[in-house]
Amino acid sequence: MTRMMAIVEREMRKFFRSPALMMVSLTLPLVQLIILGNAFGGKIRGARMGVVDYDRGSQALKIEEAFNSIAVNIRTFTTVAYDDEQKAREDVRTGKIDAAVIIPAQYSRRVLAGDAPAIGLVVDNSDQTMSSSLEAEMQSLVDALNAPAIQQKVVQQIALEIVELYPYVEYMKYLLAGSIALAMFVAVMIGGGMLYIDDKARGVHEGYLVTPITKLELVLGLNLAGTIKAVMSGISITVIGSLLAGLGVIFRPESALLLLLLIISTSIAFNGMMFLMMVRIEDPLVPRAMFGVLNTLLFFPSGAISPVSGLPKWLRAIANVDPFTYAVHGFKSILLKDGGFTAIRWDLLFLVGFGIATLMLATPLFKRTL
Amino acid sequence: MNAGKPGAAIAVENIVKRYGDFEAVKGISFEVAEGEIFGLLGPNGAGKSTLIRMMTTLIPVTAGKAIIAGHDVSREPDAVRRTIGVIPQALTSDIDLTVEENLSIYAKLYEVPKAQRIRSMNELLEAVDLLKWRHAQTKTLSGGMRRRLEIARGLIHNPRIFFLDEPTTGLDPVSRVAVWEMLNHLKNTRHLTMLLTTHYMDEADRLCDRIAIVDHGKLVALDTPMALKASVPGNNVVEAQFTRESAEWPARLKQLAGVTAVESQSAAMYRLLTSNGGLTTTQLVEMVTSHGEAIKSLSVQNTTLDDVFVHYTGRALRDEQVKAQGFIMPPRPGMQP
Repeated sequence: MTRMMAIVEREMRKFFRSPALMMVSLTLPLVQLIILGNAFGGKIRGARMGVVDYDRGSQALKIEEAFNSIAVNIRTFTTVAYDDEQKAREDVRTGKIDAAVIIPAQYSRRVLAGDAPAIGLVVDNSDQTMSSSLEAEMQSLVDALNAPAIQQKVVQQIALEIVELYPYVEYMKYLLAGSIALAMFVAVMIGGGMLYIDDKARGVHEGYLVTPITKLELVLGLNLAGTIKAVMSGISITVIGSLLAGLGVIFRPESALLLLLLIISTSIAFNGMMFLMMVRIEDPLVPRAMFGVLNTLLFFPSGAISPVSGLPKWLRAIANVDPFTYAVHGFKSILLKDGGFTAIRWDLLFLVGFGIATLMLATPLFKRTL
Repeated sequence: MNAGKPGAAIAVENIVKRYGDFEAVKGISFEVAEGEIFGLLGPNGAGKSTLIRMMTTLIPVTAGKAIIAGHDVSREPDAVRRTIGVIPQALTSDIDLTVEENLSIYAKLYEVPKAQRIRSMNELLEAVDLLKWRHAQTKTLSGGMRRRLEIARGLIHNPRIFFLDEPTTGLDPVSRVAVWEMLNHLKNTRHLTMLLTTHYMDEADRLCDRIAIVDHGKLVALDTPMALKASVPGNNVVEAQFTRESAEWPARLKQLAGVTAVESQSAAMYRLLTSNGGLTTTQLVEMVTSHGEAIKSLSVQNTTLDDVFVHYTGRALRDEQVKAQGFIMPPRPGMQP
């Protein structure tokens, strides 16, 4: 125990002497949270919609009035008048405008005659976010135009009433769970993986190996130190990220305790995984080269930036064994939904089980000799 | 189980280390008595570090046996580790920790009780002259100071046997002398048995009671420095450089009184082993004058370990062979090539 704690003491003293390490492990997730959180998930504002009106009738005027209302109120787009459809299409293609609405000749007459009138919408579908947003806006406008002027007393259509369980979740809040997991991963990668290999290459481990410390004491000491570093990183980003994203859940003792449990479990899982990956590596360049690959492979399929259910089957298979997935699910359950212990118990079980299993696999692989 | 003579602190019997087809150590045997300073002398890649790493349990022994303080390194590695202190070749102290923290962590790794830990740290820091640097971060120390810290670190648990792998490599001459004096002082005050590897002849000559010369993984000579020097033909070495090279110099030099061997060092420079340095030098000057030649430089000295080393290893010849064959030394285990 004394020998194991000596390893922990050494690692922690080194860690506190290098505050840059803590800063680096927090920087990437925080930058990601702030930049991605603000860049994505916001509503489209100020798009330019070309309008080619071949009709110029009363019904076309109603559409233009609706456009003006949008431009003034929700400001999704403003309109630019065109005389020529070809010119409008060309401008969509070259990006001068974002979409174009074509109101055909005889549109008003066909509306009044009930003769299946159609409005054309030209979108640049190379930008899925913009085109989907404008399509949705136009669809709701068309639905409004189709609605009868006088509502029937007995509603005959099926209506979908949406009940939102939680207040509107901004993307930054959605992203926070992934950012916490990422910060902990970076802390484990740098503070565990890279430093471990660097020490090995510098011969520092040679000094330990001539002492009577056992293999298990050395492995547990290194992993306990790595876990403590990752927990500190996790707590820091949870607090900073929650304040940035405007989440007050950290101030509720029960939720804070559950978050701490999740942070500890995630740290155990990440450390075990990292130790298994690094246990036989000698070259200090390898963990640096692996960093980008691991980050992509583990972070993106985890549901941190988009739901796991939207992934293809093979990617979902990775997500199923990826500790990031369970960490992200757990953090979301507490941060966004205040789900309580029941919501995270399987995540905790998987993370701790994963950590112990990987550590058990890594320990026999750890060489007590050079 | 004890092997070798009773009282031997270290007994190595026919020890072998192989890396695939490469045999780094080829059946070396020797014994080191209690309280002795024993040197392993050899060129880089001779197998000295491999040998010391086997004795300190860092790498497994392929064949043969090493008994350290009565414990077999293969069967009782933990018992061996408790009785030895080791200074690896590289500087392995933690640069982010202070001098005192480095010692304290290692004392804990050896489970030294707190009271003894504090006492040992104070004694050792005083012995290695680092008392006033105890709170300094190791990264602020010079190379020599770091080496002294590592020597203190290796002794923190009061070991019986101390292994030092090239303890002064990379140090400036002043620091080297300081380390030598410190090691001598520690040996006398702590009654340590020391085994050190070095490729510095003066270090081996000054520190060691006995020296084993290792080359190509084999033990080529083993004796006291005095006996080793006496074993080389000739009592003196005369080095002469002429202003002009001539193919006749070797034959002319061999005819001088007392000369037992003539070695060509470089262009117009020769090294003579002689039993009578004074007479050889006098005749040399006369011979050069009579041939109308001139001497550029001339020195006479007693036989040194350098001469012993060249005599036993033929290093110059070997270096040529290494270059000709494009031989690449395999990397040390745990080190990057």
